[in-house]
Amino acid sequence: MENELLRIEDLHASVEGKSILRGLNLSVPRGEVHAIMGPNGSGKSTLANVLMGHPSYEVTRGRILFKGEDVTALPPDERARRGLFLAFQYPVEVPGVSTMSFLRAALGAVRGEDQPVREFRRRLEGELKDLGMELAFARRNLNEGFSGGEKKRCEVLQLRMLRPELAILDETDSGLDIDGIRLVSQAVAATRRPEASFLVITHYLRILTHLVPDRVHVLFAGQVIRSGGAELARELEVSGYEALRSEHRPAATAQAGTP
Amino acid sequence: MAMEPTEITDVQQSYKERWGWHDPERPVHKPRRGLSREVVEEISWLKSEPEWMRRFRLRAYERYEQKPLPTWGADLSTIDFQSIYYFLRATERPERSWEDVPASIKTTFDRLGIPEAERKHLAGVSAQYESEVVYHQMKQELTSRGVLFTDMDSAVRDHAELVQRYFATVIPPGDNKLAALNSAVWSGGSFIYVPPGVKVEIPLQAYFRINAESVGQFERTLIIADEGSFVHYVEGCTAPVYSSDSLHSAVVELIALPHSRIRYTTIQNWSQNVYNLVTKRAVAHEAAVVEWVDGNLGSRTTMKYPAVVLTGRRAHGEVLSLAMAGPGQCQDTGAKMTHVAPETSSLVVSKSISKGGGRTSYRGLVKVLPGATGAKANVRCDALLVDEISRSDTYPTLDIQEQTAAIGHEATVARIGDDQLFYLRSRGIPEAEAAAMIVRGFIEPITKQLPMEYAVELNRLIELQMDGSVG
Repeated sequence: MENELLRIEDLHASVEGKSILRGLNLSVPRGEVHAIMGPNGSGKSTLANVLMGHPSYEVTRGRILFKGEDVTALPPDERARRGLFLAFQYPVEVPGVSTMSFLRAALGAVRGEDQPVREFRRRLEGELKDLGMELAFARRNLNEGFSGGEKKRCEVLQLRMLRPELAILDETDSGLDIDGIRLVSQAVAATRRPEASFLVITHYLRILTHLVPDRVHVLFAGQVIRSGGAELARELEVSGYEALRSEHRPAATAQAGTP
Repeated sequence: MAMEPTEITDVQQSYKERWGWHDPERPVHKPRRGLSREVVEEISWLKSEPEWMRRFRLRAYERYEQKPLPTWGADLSTIDFQSIYYFLRATERPERSWEDVPASIKTTFDRLGIPEAERKHLAGVSAQYESEVVYHQMKQELTSRGVLFTDMDSAVRDHAELVQRYFATVIPPGDNKLAALNSAVWSGGSFIYVPPGVKVEIPLQAYFRINAESVGQFERTLIIADEGSFVHYVEGCTAPVYSSDSLHSAVVELIALPHSRIRYTTIQNWSQNVYNLVTKRAVAHEAAVVEWVDGNLGSRTTMKYPAVVLTGRRAHGEVLSLAMAGPGQCQDTGAKMTHVAPETSSLVVSKSISKGGGRTSYRGLVKVLPGATGAKANVRCDALLVDEISRSDTYPTLDIQEQTAAIGHEATVARIGDDQLFYLRSRGIPEAEAAAMIVRGFIEPITKQLPMEYAVELNRLIELQMDGSVG
């Protein structure tokens, strides 16, 4: 597909010797929002980490194509420089490094050049304002002592500053109240453009009432077992994952899909 | 702050390029290797010293002969004390104008950026090359306010009364073998006296460099802050890379008279064949404040435990120290706080980074004597291990003889985590830069206390050392 941004082919991955992804296939065209749903333990976060290149996860088979290029063996920083972004479910604290200097370093690394301080500062202030945050927030050390909500906001701030071509949001909505969910959907709306796509990984259905996905994929036992339009999410809302699980049972192996 | 990408392939190589060059030695005087009573006499004679100093040196030499080397801490058995030159004189006398400094030495300091630093309006700069101070300049304004900032040799001659009154009162020759050695062969170092109520707003700076091979540098620094005064002294150290070891063994004494404040900052980046064995101690009188900010990046072995003796009521002492040990390095550093008077307080913050098999140790003593009622002491040691082959140890000693004292001690050891690295790398930051960023963040509580140019330099040095050390 000419307009394809991300293509995952027969992806198998394991962590600490435990196989999690077992032949996952997925295609995301440019400009679309795709939701990845599934019960706990279905491999959603593993998918996010493998896409970004976490060194603890091992790809044992298959490949990841980004803009037609095989990125399966690339280190995470090179993936980021090619336009991939992961909003973390559990952002890490980095003591002593201010959010502002980190953002500037990240922006410089992704763009391959330093932005003049004044220009950077103006953009940062603009994005902060849209998020209802003060400049003082960016002066704090990266995620250090942040509340759960502040950490998620910080991820969204990074997303808005870096404007990646593919943003993977790993349960950015979990643990957030309704305002937080609105924050995430607004961030997607704000950074949405024809060439950029979103992979929204979520455990909850409620975010999809604010954010209408072009496609919904249901992950189970490390595979995509169903794909459909936004109506699939509504179907899940009624029947839950259980119906799909029993439907899929013949294909899944015995130890898979522990909730 | 902008992060400049560094393209450095080898740390030792990079050190050589930037600091490891050495200009041809042109000493005016170069005595024989090794130490004897005659060498001590000769040093004193060459300096045309008064009789009391000559006798002081000879007594110290006797102490040196008697005392054993410390058997704790780092391994010092590999130092060959008889192969060292104890005194080298590179110029005839300290120069007042940069133009008068011999061209060869000027080249060295030009490369180090000394005159550049002075152009940046530092209050005063003193540069020590081999054993003696070759260049000295201080702003006219400070001179007119009665601030004395000179090399120690000149001070013995020109400010005899002050020197005789305070010299070796904080660290007597018998304190330890290396203090005795310094007392016998000392040369150069800084002498500062700040009159009552005078606040020196800009840091006074010194720069020490060993250029010749197998040279011992034994500078002696004495700072006296009179009542209600303030001074910040900053020193930096480097040496070229030679195959045989050099020895740096300084003695630094600070006297903070009532209500005064002294801050003493050191960034030590000796090359990795220097033994850096330094005795630093301060006395803080009533309501005086003494702060040691101590960064140890270089040297093969460092043993240094800045101390504050809190003799006056409400005196406060601080040690903020940072140590980084790479392959083959041992940084045995710490702090000593002695609470003598009531309501005294102390704070020790120690940060260490070990990588490539390097070893850091925190060795500290907090002592509260009977009668130091309401004393408060806090010690915090954080160690960061970059890989699995490096090592960090903590040896805290608490000797509390006063029931009303409040003592806090906290120690942590952390490793640069895969998750932290992955997080930064997922934003496009390359691995080495991500690791350097984590380390910079770790030491930020120290760097934020440094003058800007030193903080920048320190971060750069750490980036250099971190390159290629992760993964």
